[in-house]
Amino acid sequence: MLRFILGRLAVLIPTFLGVSLIAFSFIRLLPGDPVMLMSGERVMSPERHAELMNQLGLDRPMYIQYFDYLGGLVTGDFGSSIVTKRPVLDDFLQLFPATLELSLCAIIVAVCLGIPAGVLAAVKRGSWIDQTVMGAALIGYSMPIFWWGLLLIIFFSGYLGWTPVSGRISLMYFFPQVTGFMLIDSLLSGQAGAFKSAVTYLILPTIVLATIPLAVIARQTRSAMLEVLGEDYVRTARSKGLAPLRVVGIHALRNAMIPVITTIGLQVGVLLAGAILTETIFSWPGIGKWMVDSVFKRDYAVVQGGLMLIAGVIMLVNLIVDLLYGFINPRIRH
Amino acid sequence: MKKLTTLLAATALASMMASAAWSKTFVYCSEASPEGFDPGLYTGGQTFDAAAHTVYNRLVEFKRGTTEVEPALAESWEISADGTEYTFKLRPGVKFQTTEYFTPTRELNADDVIFSFERQYKEDNAWNKYVPGASWEYFSGMGLPDVIDKIEKVDDLTVKITLKRPEAPLLANLGMPFISIVSKEYADKLQADGKMELMNQQPLGTGPFTFVAYQPDAAIRYKANPDYWGGKQPIDDLVFAITTDAAVRAQKLKAGECHLMSYPNAADVAELKADPNLHISEQAGLNVAYLAYNTLVAPFDKVEVRKALNMAINRQAIVDAVFQGAATVAKNPIPPTMWSYNDAVEDDKYDPEAAKKMLEDAGVSGLKMKIWAMPVARPYMLNARRAAELMQADLAKIGVEAEIVSYEWAEYLKLSSAKDRDGAAILGWTGDNGDPDNFLDTLLGCDAVGGNNRAQWCNKEFDDLMTKAKATSDVAERTKLYEEAQVIFKREAPWNTLDHSLAVVPMSKKVSGFVQSPLGDFVFEGVDIAE
Repeated sequence: MLRFILGRLAVLIPTFLGVSLIAFSFIRLLPGDPVMLMSGERVMSPERHAELMNQLGLDRPMYIQYFDYLGGLVTGDFGSSIVTKRPVLDDFLQLFPATLELSLCAIIVAVCLGIPAGVLAAVKRGSWIDQTVMGAALIGYSMPIFWWGLLLIIFFSGYLGWTPVSGRISLMYFFPQVTGFMLIDSLLSGQAGAFKSAVTYLILPTIVLATIPLAVIARQTRSAMLEVLGEDYVRTARSKGLAPLRVVGIHALRNAMIPVITTIGLQVGVLLAGAILTETIFSWPGIGKWMVDSVFKRDYAVVQGGLMLIAGVIMLVNLIVDLLYGFINPRIRH
Repeated sequence: MKKLTTLLAATALASMMASAAWSKTFVYCSEASPEGFDPGLYTGGQTFDAAAHTVYNRLVEFKRGTTEVEPALAESWEISADGTEYTFKLRPGVKFQTTEYFTPTRELNADDVIFSFERQYKEDNAWNKYVPGASWEYFSGMGLPDVIDKIEKVDDLTVKITLKRPEAPLLANLGMPFISIVSKEYADKLQADGKMELMNQQPLGTGPFTFVAYQPDAAIRYKANPDYWGGKQPIDDLVFAITTDAAVRAQKLKAGECHLMSYPNAADVAELKADPNLHISEQAGLNVAYLAYNTLVAPFDKVEVRKALNMAINRQAIVDAVFQGAATVAKNPIPPTMWSYNDAVEDDKYDPEAAKKMLEDAGVSGLKMKIWAMPVARPYMLNARRAAELMQADLAKIGVEAEIVSYEWAEYLKLSSAKDRDGAAILGWTGDNGDPDNFLDTLLGCDAVGGNNRAQWCNKEFDDLMTKAKATSDVAERTKLYEEAQVIFKREAPWNTLDHSLAVVPMSKKVSGFVQSPLGDFVFEGVDIAE
């Protein structure tokens, strides 16, 4: 097992280097530089531009800048934002819990609704239920997130007034950030109504972010279930006279879950991508919005550092999943 | 359904009762997170709203709703006859804010003012580089390091600024957010504690609101400053709810989640106007959008060609299509709300026939040109691509074939400044301080060729007027000079002046006392909400 873990860790080093190189170079491929964007319509003299580029160390040869940045990464220094001048790591740690909270809620909703919907569609294959579920899944999968979010806001918040429009909690509640998870912090604050407020603010963004993973999970569950339901052992179970619920729930679903779990794992990337738009619409103070703003401002340090940290999180999740696979299915270890 | 509605109404009532216990809080839906809280370091309007207009004051400020300079931390000032010495008498008894992180022991004095200036340009000042990459961009962008010779303390409440040359726009510059007055006592404490970066995170000034907390990308909280020299504010708390999407801001305002919002989408304005709970304040913005010809490149070096193109373009149609009426056609390079605006200037009439003839008379036929369209929406030009398409169609009518080009924003800004730029570029400007110099000389002066002067237009007659106007602080005389300059501008037509857009501020009808700033700032001093 130790050898397996070490093997997985060794793979991480080249991945880490690759990501750092991509993060470093891609943002620099975009035309324009942070100094130019800082001044906007107000044109800066070439001398002043050169002076500021020099101050920020951006006029040094690329490879020196890269190794400097890599050196920082190794010592845990992700640099400071060119725009806000705040350390990248501080901002990330402050904003990431918001993204994590939203993503976790979204994946829970997607799994809790997607799997039963997929199972139902498979069991009632060809019926109106199947067609409705699959039709809805197709619509959900093709839904432009931005438009969907605005539509929900206009209907539920604007027209019906059931949910708040945007933010994480009503502005009347104000308490220090302890864990960064609003649901937990609102409980810890002891302020009456804070938890309920945090829940109401989570509803719409969760629905929007969960839509695509929900559709994918439902479709994957359905096809995996259909495959399994045709297997001999299911027929055997049925012919033994087992209750249909038992056949579907225990014999079929359990085996169909393997590809579904893989799909759920892959949704981590989808969630982070979706979070960018969802956070922008709902003014959700997470890392998605933070990264997008930084790209527009060519805030190299934030884009680089942010990408590394996000990649770090994804690598960590993958490592855990790999280790779990190895634990559950010893064949994978070899 | 009825039961459900009753239940919801009851819930809403309960939550309203809960918020009644909340102190009088004004919520502003702002468009972006502040870059930081030290206004000297940044150039973004959202930063100035969040720091300069809440926490800080300046020596002089703009009278609310105007660009007229009025006394603020300086009670009065004197300018020497040669225009190079400015002596400011400070307001006595001005207290710095008391916060959880600092309790001041003394009132505002000359040391604070000198410190606030010197940290921005003296490289030996310990605060000049207190955060990585501090560049004090506005201070140097306005040319102050080249203008200010020295700044001295005459006595505790008197400061003298000596200039290297007369610079009439200085007073207006000193009203700008970047030169907010900070507390030297607080700075010294932070320096002694080795926590200088907190100056940019926990601001402390003399302004109407005291900083409480900032939750990045979510909200900024302030409370009314009880010691404010201008008197206590009618509201208890001020909250900026950061909401980047304009459509979402509009929904929040409609839902009562905020009292006032910035920058609505042009398309949402009609719906907001129709809402019985909202009031829409409109004011001509201090801006201009233009199409700058490159006057260094043939045939645009000929006045007749530029005039002909100006006459061929129907600007009213552009204003209608792009702004749905929320703008006016521009005839001068400065907006009508600015002093010295010359209304006597005659605009180029839309007349394709005359334009065609003029072009023929100039010996130009089969002209092919490029129109540069900005890739982003700016307050002065919401959709440059659409405007360029309309121009293209208009120009086709007089036999000019126009091709529309665009670049990524940063690239656009850079390439459009080039002296050999091929084609006419759409761009614009939003005023910084209400001084005509900030438009006319900044955008059309000879020094700005290859930079802000996108027409690459250098006219000696015009430039001499600019130099003269800078050298005198007599407003009547400066007005005359700028009026004359606008006549020359119109005669020479380096630009086709496109529009001045309206600044639209939607707010709840409960809001009173909000005065729109022509500079586009959101200032909440004096606002109140009906309970």
